[in-house]
Amino acid sequence: MAITAPLAYAPTLPGAQPPYRHAAYGSTVKRAPLRPPIRLAHTLSEVTGPNFADGWAGANQVDLTRQHKGAPLGERMILAGSVRDQDGKPVASTLVELWQCNSSGRYTHARDQHDAPLDPNFTGAGQVLTDAEGAYRFLTIKPGAYPWRNTYNSWRPAHIHLSVFGPAFFATRLITQMYFPGDPLLDLDPIFQSTADAEARARLISRYDPNLSEAEYALGYRFDIVLRGRAATPMEA
Amino acid sequence: MTSVTTPSQTVGPFFHDGLDRPSWADLATAGASGEKIRVEGHILDGDRAPVCDAFLEIWQANAAGRYAHNEDRQDKEFDPNFRGFGRVFTDADGRYGFTTIRPGRVAGRGNTLQAPHINVAIFARGLLKQLTTRIYFADQSAANEADPVLSAIDDDAIRRTLLAAPVESTIPTYRFDIVLQGEGETAFFEI
Repeated sequence: MAITAPLAYAPTLPGAQPPYRHAAYGSTVKRAPLRPPIRLAHTLSEVTGPNFADGWAGANQVDLTRQHKGAPLGERMILAGSVRDQDGKPVASTLVELWQCNSSGRYTHARDQHDAPLDPNFTGAGQVLTDAEGAYRFLTIKPGAYPWRNTYNSWRPAHIHLSVFGPAFFATRLITQMYFPGDPLLDLDPIFQSTADAEARARLISRYDPNLSEAEYALGYRFDIVLRGRAATPMEA
Repeated sequence: MTSVTTPSQTVGPFFHDGLDRPSWADLATAGASGEKIRVEGHILDGDRAPVCDAFLEIWQANAAGRYAHNEDRQDKEFDPNFRGFGRVFTDADGRYGFTTIRPGRVAGRGNTLQAPHINVAIFARGLLKQLTTRIYFADQSAANEADPVLSAIDDDAIRRTLLAAPVESTIPTYRFDIVLQGEGETAFFEI
């Protein structure tokens, strides 16, 4: 049975992804492995992944402002962008999941003890399949900043968590956070700062896009996501 | 023009409401061919403390050893009733568990055949990007000995961290603990 080796994904550039251990983010210290990971030549196991195109993950939920009886408090915003690979090829019909805190900086989560009000009209969860051009779009509320116990008086910059699959579960799976331009907390945030490469880090900051804003209704922020692409040449079998 | 990828960021401790998919803990969906098995274990940190704010994602081939993906062109039966993907959270004691179908052997690189395995990604507060590993089955020793990934690990103690041990139960059940750091640290992969 002769099977051609699958076309591998391109290696990650040095500094373009965060390390496991980043001491400034205290929770990594006891959770980062001590041994370096074992490099795995790509087989079918690494280049395949789940298919969501048939709607298996359920209906799109792109409007987080209409999930309850009333309107949530806070600044309405549109979050839109595209999912592409490193060569600019759109990633169509891939599942994008989103979660975030409310405009006061509080998650609905039972373990979130921050003394800020819950909003009965806001859960902060959504999902969508990208379209044929790899585009996605959500209507939500701008999340607030919130304190966390990393060091004394630490505050997370406002952010929205985004989970994206791409075509390959091991090679392209990405969970990230999008941030807002001009946030003064970014310089102080060890999670944002954990990626060494400045160009890569800049990918995490959305861009205010007046063309995305809806007049007298909501501000528009563009956040384009770039997943790993294929290696330029097939790896030796 | 190749551009730089978007960096990963931690899932933090509050992912449950956004990522909760209770039905994804059972991959052995109605009509799936093959033998139903269960995999259970704990996730532990460098102090051997349970990791209660983590989740696992699971990706595997069907009973015949074929992935439900268009790049898998092996001449093996496709099972329309088996997707091969799952997601489970750890509980307050750091425990996880999922039910699935025993995977078949998938072609490796060249003319090799890989031993049955389940691909696993671990996400948690304190992990800036996912950890990736493979669950192999300790009772498949002939297949494991021929597996190119296991064979490439020289240190037997490290190799053994990838073997799930059979435990007594009503259906075939395997225990696979994941140690993030320190003594007994699981073998993780760079993809």
